[in-house]
Amino acid sequence: VLFYDCTYFTRKEILRLFYRYRDLAPQLVPLDYTNQPDVKLPYELIGSMPELKDNPFRQRIAEVFSEDGEGNMTLDDFLDMFSVLSEMAPRDLKAYYAFKIYDFNNDDFICKSDLEKTLNKLTRNELTEDEVRMVCEKVMDEADLDNDGRLSLEDFQHMIVRAPDFLSTFHIRI
Amino acid sequence: MPRGNLITSESDIAITVDNAGDEDEVSSCYEEHEWGKNRVKGREKEREKKKRGNARKKGASRAGRGDEELEERAERGEKGRRRRKRDNHDGKGRERDEEEQAEEKSGRAAKNKKNLKNERTRKMEQEERDTEEGDAKRKKKNESAKREEKKEDGGKRAVKEKANAVKTKKHKKKVETSSEQESSEEEDVEEEEEEEKEKELRPESLSPEELEKLKEAVDEKKKLIQTLRGKPWPMKKKLSTLRESQEFLEKYEGALGKGKGRRLYAYKVMMTKKWMKFQRDFENFKTACIPWEMKIKEIESHFGSSVASYFIFLRWMYGINMILFGLTFGLVMVPEALMGRPYGSMPRKTVPRADEASAMDFAVLWDFGGYAQYSVLFYGYYNNQRAIGWLKFRMPLSYFLVGVGTVAYSYMVVIRTMARNANESGGGDDNSFNFSWKMFTSWDYLIGNPETADNKFASITTSFKEAILEEQESRKDDNIHLTRFLRVLANFLVMCCLAGSGYLIYFVVRRSQKFALDGLDNHSWWERNEVNMVMSLLGMFCPMLFDVISTLENYHPRIALQWQLGRIFALFLGNLYTFIIALMDEINLKRKEEEIVKFNMTVWEASLYNGTVPENSTAPPVTIHPADVPRGPCWETMVGQEFVRLIISDTMTTYITLLIGDFLRAVLVRFLNYCWCWDLEAGFPSYSEFDVSGNVLGLIFNQGMIWMGAFYAPCLPALNVLRLHVSMYLQCWAVMCCNVPQERVFKASGSNNFYMAMLLVILFLSTLPAIYTIVTIPPSFDCGPFSGKSRMFDVIQETLESDFPAWFSKVFSYASNPGLVLPFLLLMVLAIYYLQSTSKSFKEANVELKKKLQMQNEENKKKSKRAALKAAMDLEEARKAMTQAAEQQSNNNASPQAQKDGGENRSSSQRLHHGKNGRNATPLLTDQEGQLPATRAPVPRTYHHGNHGAPGYLPGIPRQTEARVHRAPSLQRH
Repeated sequence: VLFYDCTYFTRKEILRLFYRYRDLAPQLVPLDYTNQPDVKLPYELIGSMPELKDNPFRQRIAEVFSEDGEGNMTLDDFLDMFSVLSEMAPRDLKAYYAFKIYDFNNDDFICKSDLEKTLNKLTRNELTEDEVRMVCEKVMDEADLDNDGRLSLEDFQHMIVRAPDFLSTFHIRI
Repeated sequence: MPRGNLITSESDIAITVDNAGDEDEVSSCYEEHEWGKNRVKGREKEREKKKRGNARKKGASRAGRGDEELEERAERGEKGRRRRKRDNHDGKGRERDEEEQAEEKSGRAAKNKKNLKNERTRKMEQEERDTEEGDAKRKKKNESAKREEKKEDGGKRAVKEKANAVKTKKHKKKVETSSEQESSEEEDVEEEEEEEKEKELRPESLSPEELEKLKEAVDEKKKLIQTLRGKPWPMKKKLSTLRESQEFLEKYEGALGKGKGRRLYAYKVMMTKKWMKFQRDFENFKTACIPWEMKIKEIESHFGSSVASYFIFLRWMYGINMILFGLTFGLVMVPEALMGRPYGSMPRKTVPRADEASAMDFAVLWDFGGYAQYSVLFYGYYNNQRAIGWLKFRMPLSYFLVGVGTVAYSYMVVIRTMARNANESGGGDDNSFNFSWKMFTSWDYLIGNPETADNKFASITTSFKEAILEEQESRKDDNIHLTRFLRVLANFLVMCCLAGSGYLIYFVVRRSQKFALDGLDNHSWWERNEVNMVMSLLGMFCPMLFDVISTLENYHPRIALQWQLGRIFALFLGNLYTFIIALMDEINLKRKEEEIVKFNMTVWEASLYNGTVPENSTAPPVTIHPADVPRGPCWETMVGQEFVRLIISDTMTTYITLLIGDFLRAVLVRFLNYCWCWDLEAGFPSYSEFDVSGNVLGLIFNQGMIWMGAFYAPCLPALNVLRLHVSMYLQCWAVMCCNVPQERVFKASGSNNFYMAMLLVILFLSTLPAIYTIVTIPPSFDCGPFSGKSRMFDVIQETLESDFPAWFSKVFSYASNPGLVLPFLLLMVLAIYYLQSTSKSFKEANVELKKKLQMQNEENKKKSKRAALKAAMDLEEARKAMTQAAEQQSNNNASPQAQKDGGENRSSSQRLHHGKNGRNATPLLTDQEGQLPATRAPVPRTYHHGNHGAPGYLPGIPRQTEARVHRAPSLQRH
């Protein structure tokens, strides 16, 4: 399979991922992928994987990695997702996708509304308005290097490469 | 010939034009990004527009653009291919003729080539710049465009080659560095095909220039393939790119080989291919070989990384014990069992007559008495014969060296691991991005369990709240006093517990000695196993007590865990050392006993001799059965036995607590819940959590005992391997089936080295008594490999004297001379001191640099702020001028529409300011304060789009104005 050079997986892992993918909807996905059928799994199925089920950002993850931006994934997208989220993926790649995940409105910047959404998802709306606002301001203060009131990818990368936990938390084992 | 030439030149030109267009596109993409902050060149926009015609509207989304580009590219590619084919035909037809005129043509072609080269170099530069660029989206586009170009370049070159027919291409199957997992047969077939082609075409050398270029392109492709997986593109794109570049490589890489060296080259290429394949397989194999990887992954995804860290630690421990076991088993136990004297041949290898009856009883064996005591498992069994078997295996020496080697190896491994951990976690502990990190990295993507997720949500919320509190610094003072008092109280209580447990153990050990003196048979089971039981019980209950106490203290869970670990560590250590001290007492007792036995023995022997053989003892003495020979107590075996018993009882208590405390509890809670008056699952007993600290410490202490006792009981590592193996499975199962995730989930990062540090301390503390006994106490006279020597380490001296040539021992004695050793030690100390001080200075320099970096950051911030202000000012002025012009015009036109447009312009300019400098723009916008608050809120994107499409409706305004209006949204995007 050609996937080897495109992902960080070994052959065995790719096969396992394929079976995982297939298990999500055995009636939809054919076993034989040689002639590349055009199969997509709806987001409901992807989001119900145990690895993603409890992730507050699962919808974002699915959206970012899916080609149509709606969370419906082909096998390619699926492999892509777990390749990026694997342990082997380099920090920059991860940071790039993390940025996309946290960029809720897809405008290539993390602005305040994105931050608020992130925070609310993280805490399940348990912080008060004031607290949310304050935290967002603090984040902007810390990470916004060019002072344009929102985080660009560079700002984000600059911040995230120094984070001690980023690599250990931003991966999914499968 | 002229026709062929014409075609080539034509195609060349066409492509160069194409390329120029392409490049413009690329550069415009690039520049759009680069200049986005300040200005966009209208020129480029226009050109783009010209090129695209009306097909692409300004407001069209990027995706649409990308599609177009793709289409275009596809078209171009198609064209190029067709061209190539045609040329191919022509070229082949004219091969003969053209050969003669080749040189002329190449001269002519040189011009074109030069152009091309320039372009290429430029492109390369751009790519380099691009790779530095952060905006990956742009990069993606640029690069894909470039890739396309490159391919065309390659194609073009090929075209030229064929048309000129000077260079017949040497197709040679070539390895792409990161070759695919195609089946090798397939490759072989392909290779053969290529080989055939080769025969058809006549190999002639390429001009070095072109070779160079080709090589560059090929390298490029190779690099692309290698780095492909790191590119943030969708999979489809990656796949197609991969295929493309592989095709390219296959086609043109072969041309790199030269005349005679081709065979060799092909061979080399084949070998590299095979090698790559082997490496890949090996890597796959290696990952498959890591034991329990899947289990640990599963646990990690359910319980978070702190629980998983325990299991990783356990696995690491298992590895170490495997090696220790290999050492002792391979170098000590097996040789003795195979080549040493068999059981029953001498007194130390025989069960004494008095115990023979009960030697096979299970109770005795369980206690490691009887036959177990007189086997390779313990020190006493080994003979002091200098060399055994036909190999002349130096048993005592090997025994000694293995004992030392175990300790040395453990030190090495622990310290190396610590250093590596420190390296990994070193740096990056500045607090400048506290909130951002909390925001973006606190969610552990590994969590795949609703309960854990709930806990994580809770802990994130609390951590945010804590951070906010800290930020506000609104801590109350009276609280601090209370917490201080509570902490002191807690520590006091803990100290009491420790002291109490220490005394209890000492008391018990003393009492058990008394029992031992009385003889074990007339005591109950409890009295016999009192020491072990008390120690295990203490180890079980004291941590719980500490846990309760530590809730008084109100620490952060990570700090609380460390305190907890420290306390339990102290407890275990105290217990262990009391145990050792008691053991020492016992050793002394045994040695006294030994003296007596020794004395008795001489008497007994004398009487024996006297009784049988009168005066001359030339005849062999009467053969007494070895079981009847009186013998000393052999304290070494006794120590070994104690340790083995301790390990066994420890393991048993661990497993039993696991079964009762976790499994039974879980079962009860689960099934009694249906018929109970309160909710058992949520209420009091509930399910147990996995106790990371306790388990880690248990593991560490267990290991400490192994290190301590391994010298006297070579079977200990083997036992430990067994224990770890079982507990791996048992605990994995227990965790998965009857534990719930911790209430306060926290990251285990950094605490790994804490474990290691404790392990190191334990290692040191456990080797101390072992070394002490080895060095100071003389070995027993009638058992063990060192019997008959005054000290155990005399083995080395003996070996030196008898097994090595004289000069060696001489050199050794010189080297061990205090006059030489002392300076050497001094030198080492100095070196350590030097290294320490340099590392300190490095650290300081690091801190300094960090400070500087921060300063620079702040300065940059200020600078960019200023720049942004200035740019905003410029824009404002330009805008004013423009609106004035527009107003003039609209006045001329006197249409209401124009006024509307003015309003539109204005609002977009405000948005612009908002986008550029956020709150800093306030002073600038004073002339429009009224609308400011409304614009400060983030503007939804759809709005922009709406704006994009709008401008077309104004016919009266000159083109320039239009362009400016368009620019606003693109600015916003950057």
